[in-house]
Amino acid sequence: MDIQFTEEQELLRSSIQRLLRDQYDFEARRKIVADEQGFSRRQWEAFAELGLLAAPFTEDAGGLGGGPLSTMIIAHEFGRHLVVEPFVETVVLAGGLIERLGDAAQKQGFIPDIIDGKKIWTLAWTEKGGRFDLADVTTTARREGEDYLLSGGKSAVIAAPWADYLVVSARTSGSRRDPGGVGLFVVDRRTAGVDLQSFKTIDGRRAAEISLRNVRGQLLGKEGEGVAALEACRDRAIGALCAEAVGAMGELNSATLEYSKTRKQFGTTIGSFQVLQHRMVDMFIAHQEALSLMQHLNLSISGGESGLSRLASGAKTKIGYAAKFVADQAVQLHGGMGMTDELNVGHYFKRISSINIQFGDPAFHVLRYARFGAAA
Amino acid sequence: MELALSPEDAAFRDEVRSFIAENYPAEMRVPNPETDLTKEQSLLWHRILHKKGWIAPLWPKEYGGPGWSITRRFIFEQETSRAGTLPPLAFSVTMVGPVIYTFGNEAQKKKFLPRILSGEDWWCQGYSEPGSGSDLATVRTKAVRDGDHYIVNGHKTWTTLAQHADWIFCLVRTDPNAKPQSGISFLLIDMKSPGVTVRPIITIDGSHEVNDVFLENVRVPVENLIGEENKGWTYAKFLLGNERTSMAGIGRSTRYINKLKKIVEAEVAPDDPTHLDFQREIALVELDVLALEATELRVVAQMARGIDPGPAASLFKIRGTEIFQKITELTHRAIGNYGLALREQPVSANHFMPGSEYGHTASEKYLNSRKLSIYGGSNEIQRNIIAKAVLGL
Repeated sequence: MDIQFTEEQELLRSSIQRLLRDQYDFEARRKIVADEQGFSRRQWEAFAELGLLAAPFTEDAGGLGGGPLSTMIIAHEFGRHLVVEPFVETVVLAGGLIERLGDAAQKQGFIPDIIDGKKIWTLAWTEKGGRFDLADVTTTARREGEDYLLSGGKSAVIAAPWADYLVVSARTSGSRRDPGGVGLFVVDRRTAGVDLQSFKTIDGRRAAEISLRNVRGQLLGKEGEGVAALEACRDRAIGALCAEAVGAMGELNSATLEYSKTRKQFGTTIGSFQVLQHRMVDMFIAHQEALSLMQHLNLSISGGESGLSRLASGAKTKIGYAAKFVADQAVQLHGGMGMTDELNVGHYFKRISSINIQFGDPAFHVLRYARFGAAA
Repeated sequence: MELALSPEDAAFRDEVRSFIAENYPAEMRVPNPETDLTKEQSLLWHRILHKKGWIAPLWPKEYGGPGWSITRRFIFEQETSRAGTLPPLAFSVTMVGPVIYTFGNEAQKKKFLPRILSGEDWWCQGYSEPGSGSDLATVRTKAVRDGDHYIVNGHKTWTTLAQHADWIFCLVRTDPNAKPQSGISFLLIDMKSPGVTVRPIITIDGSHEVNDVFLENVRVPVENLIGEENKGWTYAKFLLGNERTSMAGIGRSTRYINKLKKIVEAEVAPDDPTHLDFQREIALVELDVLALEATELRVVAQMARGIDPGPAASLFKIRGTEIFQKITELTHRAIGNYGLALREQPVSANHFMPGSEYGHTASEKYLNSRKLSIYGGSNEIQRNIIAKAVLGL
């Protein structure tokens, strides 16, 4: 079950590695994050040019047909470089939903612009007080002619300030937390009635609280099928987020190991202390196991295997806790330096903390995994 | 989770599965096979596997191995472990056997290997001593040359199932003046030799698994020396490498988790807050098993492609034992007050055990499995190995 990458996949990986090494080192990223926009349009175009935004889409949709494994490869490298641009939001979340739910006109209308890097998207499913429940939706959608009018609020939507379009979950019927009655809607972010309050995320990205007042949107898929679509979307998102986390873990481990071999205290390198050696062995093991599980999950997504949601929750839990452990220890072993904004270690820590929140934290997913197990 | 198998390997897996189902002796299915079987009973499956030609998956064909690929060895390991079969004599087949066919002379191969395969000889390991646990290079048992013999004096300890053993393979010091690791030899000693005394060590679970072995002026023919005198450390290290393979124990852990789930459902009411705590703990340990299994499959797939896995065995030993300890701990907790009871040894139907039958071995398993992180090179030693070999520390 080890992934022996195909030639194409190896090529994809090495070309991303080259691009990021040349253009996305830690200093370059710092400048991007400090920029007024908080992301780089030029980088986004470079990703498009390299085919990264096309990779996971099917060939029918104009993509390269790389599927979830190409997403994994890209997300893993992006995690290693702390890339802030909204690849997961645009391609995996919104792109994945359009590809699966959209009618011919929507696919033809939206996907080529995603692939070409012309339009940025995100998914707005979270609401205040809803925590991680996909069905906890109070935003309403009222039919008007061919379109719908959406009203309500979405919270902490990553990449919303950058986005041209939003995919918004909203309710056409049923009460709050009712899994039925929720649909997904495409909203032009600049439409009248969309109001954003932007803020910076802990990992240097941009997000927003969104308020919607009679905002015109078009239905994606069918009424009442939004939650099921979001569940499948979450599984795929977890596949990508886990890959990012594993990429970040690998970098933290290399940085920590390197530091322990050079940093001297009490006349010797701190890497010679057994207590730190054993800690770093546990960090190594955590990374190895997370890497295995990341591959297992993405292979299963790729193969469309049954029981995916349980596995996704399991991976989100195990990799989430493993990444948290590695991040905690990396900061700890770097001592005061680990606390500084100057060093990349703290930024990986923050990225991992952010990943752990998105689509449900490990404490949420462990119980979800357990419930699936009890039902099985 | 399965390895992607070729049709031939899948057929092999099915063959192994049905062979176990049809041939595993019913009388070996006891509550705790590691303690409840007599010597004769515990050899039954060994003999069946020998007859089938499957007793020594690791061995080359010329010495009686089945000539399996890495993938097939793994399949066999996985199927026997999932089915909960008692592994054949590990000290014989997995440990001393490979040392003999790798470093032994023709006479030794001819004399010992067939009897190891058939189960006629039961071997035990004479490595640890009271003064050398994880630090094996400090062995003090002395072997002094006297004509065609060595005269051996010393004290081996933690010797697993020495009470059943016909032979013991020993690390002995043949050059007291050399550096710790260079004056050691690898010697095969007949347990029936005059001067060999076995004394039981009873462990905290009440079982008699390990022993002290005293060697007093034991005369050992020089022909029982493996390889060269004073080169024993090399052979010992080779053996320890074998000892630590496949200690992930995925099949066993999975079986115990399934049992644990049933016990929790039977013992803990759904509205008891503890129930949620158990669900959470079980989910976490299940995920530990899943991640380790995925890692094992990744390593097996790499090995099948000829990639050296490095000290992966140390990783499997650490995680596999930590996981199993956790499972036995949870199981012991799950039976609540009946966790106070411990089966009396030797086991007999005449002893009263309270509570439901599924909990009768929970206490002893919980206690016994504390050994896992200590033996076979303690988990701290395994971490040292990874720190050095992988991290370069």
